[in-house]
Amino acid sequence: MKVHEYQAKEILSDHGVAMQPGIVAESVDDAVQAAEELANDGATMFVVKAQIHAGGRGKGGGVKLARSLDEVKEHAEAILGMDLVTHQTGPEGQKVRKLLIADAVDIEQEFYVGVTLDRAKSQNVIMVSSEGGVEIETVAEESPEKIVKAWIDPTIGLRPFQARRLAFGLGLEGTALKQAVKFITALYEAFEATDSTIAEINPLVLTGSGDVAAVDAKINLDDNALYRHPNLAEMRDIHEEDPTEVEASEHGLSYIKLDGNVGCMVNGAGLAMATMDIIKLAGGEPANFLDVGGTANAETVEAGFRIILKDPNVEAILVNIFGGIVRCDRVAKGVIQAAQNIDLDVPLIVRLQGTNAEEGKALLDESGLELRSAVLLKEAADKVTQALKEADVA
Amino acid sequence: MPRAAPRGISAVTDHRRRTDRMSILVDSDTRLVVQGFTGQEGTFHAEQMIDYGTNVVAGVTPGKGGQTHLDRPVFNTVAEAVEQEGANTSVIFVPPPFAADAIQESVEAGIEVIICITEGIPVKDMKSTYHYVQRHGAHLIGPNCPGVITPGQAKIGIMPAMIFEPGSVGVISRSGTLTYEAVDQLTRAGYGQSTAVGIGGDPVIGTRFVDALKLFEDDPDTEAVVLIGEIGGSAEEEAAEYIQAHMSKPVFSFIAGRTAPPGRRMGHAGAIVSGGSGTAEAKFAALEKAGAVVVKNPALIGETVSEHLG
Repeated sequence: MKVHEYQAKEILSDHGVAMQPGIVAESVDDAVQAAEELANDGATMFVVKAQIHAGGRGKGGGVKLARSLDEVKEHAEAILGMDLVTHQTGPEGQKVRKLLIADAVDIEQEFYVGVTLDRAKSQNVIMVSSEGGVEIETVAEESPEKIVKAWIDPTIGLRPFQARRLAFGLGLEGTALKQAVKFITALYEAFEATDSTIAEINPLVLTGSGDVAAVDAKINLDDNALYRHPNLAEMRDIHEEDPTEVEASEHGLSYIKLDGNVGCMVNGAGLAMATMDIIKLAGGEPANFLDVGGTANAETVEAGFRIILKDPNVEAILVNIFGGIVRCDRVAKGVIQAAQNIDLDVPLIVRLQGTNAEEGKALLDESGLELRSAVLLKEAADKVTQALKEADVA
Repeated sequence: MPRAAPRGISAVTDHRRRTDRMSILVDSDTRLVVQGFTGQEGTFHAEQMIDYGTNVVAGVTPGKGGQTHLDRPVFNTVAEAVEQEGANTSVIFVPPPFAADAIQESVEAGIEVIICITEGIPVKDMKSTYHYVQRHGAHLIGPNCPGVITPGQAKIGIMPAMIFEPGSVGVISRSGTLTYEAVDQLTRAGYGQSTAVGIGGDPVIGTRFVDALKLFEDDPDTEAVVLIGEIGGSAEEEAAEYIQAHMSKPVFSFIAGRTAPPGRRMGHAGAIVSGGSGTAEAKFAALEKAGAVVVKNPALIGETVSEHLG
């Protein structure tokens, strides 16, 4: 689960990680008031930051420096409610509903600190880079010598010498070094305590007064562990999610919208990806990923059809079910019932394989519905190609 | 082969030496304990496994020890199932919050092969569990996997039995239904399977491609391996390195997710292209370079194997 920057900062602050001061605001008035409060604590300049889940907010015009309360008001008016477009949002952008008003600290130097799972080692890795403010992937490619890593033994945890080695890796000394050690240690503790999958501080800054603090913060939480963090689960912001994907999840379907012209409904994530791949090989482009899970019944199949058909680009639908525990004759009945309830105006190709596949195919063929049934994956692909050709001619 | 019910750890260790020489991980000498035996999932799949001929010797449900379920004794602990029934393999159908503990209990009881079906275990739980299993030298398969089957000998997991045939092709896969697809194509093309291993779709798993490849390379009953990967992580790239350096047997490989958009998690917790790494193209390229036969069309897995093996 993703959380907003201001939420990540709250979580990390609670664990003793040093943060640039900031206050969240949902209206222009709130934003000005927040800036006044920060000014009372000594802030002289402010940053107005759009709170959306996507990265690249600065380049998209969602982060502005304000030198006065008037400028805070001006930027807040411009950013609140805008559809912010970044390289991660897609062309339609993401509506800005909240702002973070932060103290624009005086930056001496920028660094990167991140914690994540190294899947190859099944261990957490902490990475620091003396080059902050740019993407870590770019640093890894262009100047890997600037990155220092430490792998953490899950049964022992982060050891003090590792935190020191990382902080020395940033080229720090004196008070700043001590603060960085403390920062890294607290960040790792927060990562573990919250079941995070990513905790990234970019940039971590050394201020003009010689202090170390996070200016930006990103946290992703492990969905499977949310049951033990009800307070974090509440931070979910449904506005940031695709409404169709939310609706699908309410039906127990895992759906991701894509840009293609052939919809698909599949049982199992791996087979669903393979089905998308075969749609492409058959001359189409997948319109979605949709895993109906272990129980493909009439109700879930119908919900799946309705969701796929919301996308006007869909020119054909491929249903691909490999029956294991799920019996294909039951799935076939579900498809028939769903197809009767819905006005299907695109060609439907149904491929059933596995337990009772032949019975399932017989039911489909006898149903009188205009659908094309298949048993082998190859046949199904050929029928997709055929359907797309017909659509082109028509 | 009939033999006295083994008692305690030494019998289990003896068993492992035996399995190293035939198929991999599970066979007719497997003595299975089902953890989460009396639950709905555990009951359903235990019945299917018994029907297949898997030697299910016991079940564990804490608090229900002393009962009998599906004609098998129920114990409160795995240790009792090992002591009293000579269990050497376990399969786990325990809900996610308790599944890592169930794995650790099996390890502690001396179980050598632990197959965890449960989906949705927190990554943090699996990290420490993974290293615990490694230290004790046990084999963990999964979690979030369909299980392991040696056709004609033992089915341990949730896969549909009828698509499998005994034979000499080893199958390793991160996915469930896509494994069935590959196996079905192999069987139709006339190629039975020595063992099929579903390694699971999570970011932290007990048996990685490299581990399973090594077992198949050492198994005289396996003549070729089909490896089904997907986007995310670098397990396929590591497999490619292993194939190049150590595999004498042909490896065929399909990677799912060429059309998946970056930054989106495709169902499986581990199936995500992040920061430009973990793409299907990179995995195909690494495997091809290592000498594996890459199959870019998932409908042609059986055909491709047939073309090469004749």
